[in-house]
Amino acid sequence: MRLFEPNRYRGKLIVVEGIDGSGKSTQLSLLSQWLRSMGVAVSFSEWNSSPLVRETTKRGKKKEMFTPTTFSLIHATDFADRMEHYILPVLKAGAVVCADRYAYTAFARDVVRGCSRTWVRNLYRFAIRPNLAFYFRVPLDVALGRILGGRDAIKYYEAGMDLGLSRNVEESFRIFQGRILEEYEAMAAEMGFHIIDATGSIEQQQRQMRKVVMHDIGRSLRDGVLRGTGLESNGRENTADVL
Amino acid sequence: MAEKTPLTFYSAALPGIDTSELHGKLIVIEGPDAVGRSTQIARLRPWLEHQGHAVLDTGMARSALAGKGIQQAKEGNTLGPITMTLYYATDFADRLENEIIPALRAGFVVLTDRYIFSIMARAVARNEDRSWIERVAGFALAPHAVYYLRADVKELIPRVVNGRGYFDFWESGMDMRFGGDMYDSFVRYQTRLLRALDRMSKRYNFITIDAMQSPDAIFEELKKHITRLFGKNRRGRSRV
Repeated sequence: MRLFEPNRYRGKLIVVEGIDGSGKSTQLSLLSQWLRSMGVAVSFSEWNSSPLVRETTKRGKKKEMFTPTTFSLIHATDFADRMEHYILPVLKAGAVVCADRYAYTAFARDVVRGCSRTWVRNLYRFAIRPNLAFYFRVPLDVALGRILGGRDAIKYYEAGMDLGLSRNVEESFRIFQGRILEEYEAMAAEMGFHIIDATGSIEQQQRQMRKVVMHDIGRSLRDGVLRGTGLESNGRENTADVL
Repeated sequence: MAEKTPLTFYSAALPGIDTSELHGKLIVIEGPDAVGRSTQIARLRPWLEHQGHAVLDTGMARSALAGKGIQQAKEGNTLGPITMTLYYATDFADRLENEIIPALRAGFVVLTDRYIFSIMARAVARNEDRSWIERVAGFALAPHAVYYLRADVKELIPRVVNGRGYFDFWESGMDMRFGGDMYDSFVRYQTRLLRALDRMSKRYNFITIDAMQSPDAIFEELKKHITRLFGKNRRGRSRV
């Protein structure tokens, strides 16, 4: 069974993966700025951001209605909408799409929730195969330190509270993230992830990413993909950037 | 009860469900748009209740989780085919886990207006990969019986016109522009849907009922089949 659809378009798809607190979003943001500075047209796509599905996801989370299966399906629906309406047309237009999380997130998370591995993989078979997939490898404690220190309270599903791992949110989050980490590690070789050591300095990681990008798709970036307008943009998920 | 065969999942079992606890009957009424499914369900329900069965009826896009979202998505013009398939699958899963399975556990007769077959037929009619959607829907329980109300497209047209009075955007498959106008698109799309359902008929053990007959005649036939289903010594249930 083929995992993904091949990318038959001029545009390139770059994705970042890793557990919460691995620093992948920071790195992707730096990478996209760099690509734009080279005159490349870049568009962003974030996990769980389809306007068509937003209300349903919100309702399900607020009322804690999700089961492992419906949680998995609604995220696949969200992903399908972004695939059909943003990612695919933008790749066709020839731009670079930078995706913060991709199907691999579901491969790890939904399996930890109890969905069958083959079922989840089949679910995302319509996805376009990324040209580059970076995996930010980080020890659990380092990631937890970044998360638990800084930001707002961890939410119910983020902490995997629906799995009944622990009554304590932080403890549940720790166990849940640990299991997701194991799933990422188990698929890393099979999926051909470019592994970034996410304990290194931000600059170091970014240098490593840029090197991989230049090595793998440097030629297309120079003369294959769509050029940007030269205008700086600060919008995320802003497909208008490339039009 | 000892010799009762438990219900089974088509391919991928739902996490955490013990099918040996499901004592009810799962009955599906399938068929194209405007074929008269809901009329028959409205008559079957009191008939079954009269015989002492508790009945739950359910149908597409009625889930607490996704029903509203699907309606809203259909009002816009941006619902893509794969997104639609998965949105309906989400709706179905929510009803299966939160309505159908609890009712079966409590020994109800569950009458469902369409099942995964309509979701799969719509996907196939829109050129999506058949094996993909079959696997996606693999968490569905194989029903005790699937009654397929079948009528030709030319028979459906007067029913649509006399009933609603116009061709619905989605029932006409206008999102895929199968034809230049609603009528042409309706004919082509419904033909594709019927072909997809016909193809599933054998594989999923549909009992085909000629829906060109009068509603009374269809009702009599359904009653006959269902009586036989209950009379059966809980063996010989259709399985895939």
